Amino acid sequence: MTARNARRKGVNIFMLGLCAACAFVTVSTLFVILGFLLYNGATSVSLNFFTKLPLPPGQDGGGMANAIVGSAQIVIMATLIGLPIGFFAGIYLAEYGGKTFAFMVRYVADLLNGIPSIVIGIFAWTVIVVPAHHFSALAGSMALSLMLIPITARSTEQFLLEVPRAMREGSLALGANKWRTIAKVIVPAARKGIMTGMILGVARISGEAAPLLFTSLNNQYWSTGLSEPTASLPVMIFLRATSAYEDWHRQAWAAGLVLLALVLLANIAARMVISRGASLPR
Amino acid sequence: MAINQIQTPMTSIPTEASTPVQSATPKMRASNINFFYGKFKALHDVSIEFASNRVTALIGPSGCGKSTFLRNLNRINETLRETRIEGQITLDGENILDKDVTEIRRRIGMVFQRPNPFPKSIFDNIVYGPRINGMLKKTSAAEIVEKSLRRAALWDEVKDKLHESAYAISGGQQQRLCIARALAVDPEVLLLDEPCSALDPIATAKIEDLLVGLKHQCTIVIVTHNMQQAARVADTTGFFLLGRLIEHDKTDVIFKNPSMKETEDYITGRFG
Repeated sequence: MTARNARRKGVNIFMLGLCAACAFVTVSTLFVILGFLLYNGATSVSLNFFTKLPLPPGQDGGGMANAIVGSAQIVIMATLIGLPIGFFAGIYLAEYGGKTFAFMVRYVADLLNGIPSIVIGIFAWTVIVVPAHHFSALAGSMALSLMLIPITARSTEQFLLEVPRAMREGSLALGANKWRTIAKVIVPAARKGIMTGMILGVARISGEAAPLLFTSLNNQYWSTGLSEPTASLPVMIFLRATSAYEDWHRQAWAAGLVLLALVLLANIAARMVISRGASLPR
Repeated sequence: MAINQIQTPMTSIPTEASTPVQSATPKMRASNINFFYGKFKALHDVSIEFASNRVTALIGPSGCGKSTFLRNLNRINETLRETRIEGQITLDGENILDKDVTEIRRRIGMVFQRPNPFPKSIFDNIVYGPRINGMLKKTSAAEIVEKSLRRAALWDEVKDKLHESAYAISGGQQQRLCIARALAVDPEVLLLDEPCSALDPIATAKIEDLLVGLKHQCTIVIVTHNMQQAARVADTTGFFLLGRLIEHDKTDVIFKNPSMKETEDYITGRFG
């Protein structure tokens, strides 16, 4: 083996080793986080956690039931607002986009995707909370939906574009118009990918704290309506973790564990949706 | 695929004996078609007639414009960006370029090069066309499905699995499914763009037999790379080269006694 070959082989092995090490670090990060959460929070996740309201520090038996329900409320509402808008915008981008307007929409969607979530929060605060003079779950939902819309639009567009042109032409050649083709052939063909994108988008926004800090704020008790400040898991984590009390810290860990578990479940569900095979009859 | 040297008269299956190329009222007529992809002129002044209830084959080397021309007959080229057509295409005397395109496409059906069934069941694939064209009011879906599958010579093979996925059948069967799907809307003209190029010889033979039988019910235009196929199924044949229609005549004449030198060169395998 010549010297040049030996050197090349050495570089090859070194770089492969480096890449493998980085991959290992990436993967183990998830396990480290999971480990921390389990270690610190598992003991505090009890039935009380899911059913009781928060109690002042020092008192045992409190929980985050209102935060769990509040998160659910806010995320469901954000989904109801943001998913349809994002979905139809994605259809526009994939199917109707001419050159200029579609290019603009795409560019703006990508910009929106990049806006820091805290900025979205301030925006929603200025536009909704201040004129209304109170914090509300509705404002929180609208802030989250502003994040969900561009995510959904771009992922819907991406999966629609993956449907082969031949399928579109097959439908058009039978006398279908464009909308019929989209609704009855293209979207059904892309539905697995679209649904996966939606699940992942919802999972993402359900963990955001910054937009909610300015909009739905928090609530010690159950909220009775959508226009009241509402507790949510991410905000609770923030408040508990930055407090001075040890048992509140434990609660923050527990909430983090629950939130992570929900996000992981959503990811697993998304994978199951994708993997159910492309050849199922409809 | 090698093109055999054809220097002697074809001894394969004969086509219709005396089929006039110019009939009194052609089913479809294209007049002075110029077609552009952006700035590129793909078709130069093409004029051709298609007689009713006949099979016309369009042959020519790759890139000669025969598929492009075929795709203009049901206006499917309009779905591409930056295309432009000049000239007239008439169906029963009426210019199709002026009319509502979805109605035109119901009357002029198309089968593509690769089978493209929808990700639905066999039954739903066939019913799709009639449903969107409002044809289910008069005839039941089951009747239409059986009739179309019989016309496409596929009924016996799939009648017990109509509700299975269209992807669960072989490539040749999928292509016949696409033919059945196109026939389900009762088109007057059927356009086929190299329908057998992705199929094995047995599947090809089945489809060729099918086409010869179908012409009594509709007018057929088929683009093919395979000259023997044209000789087997077509009554008349048009030869395209570099975006121009060089010659269009009875199939026998094209293959045995072409008028143009380019045609003869192509037929005898000097290029292509």
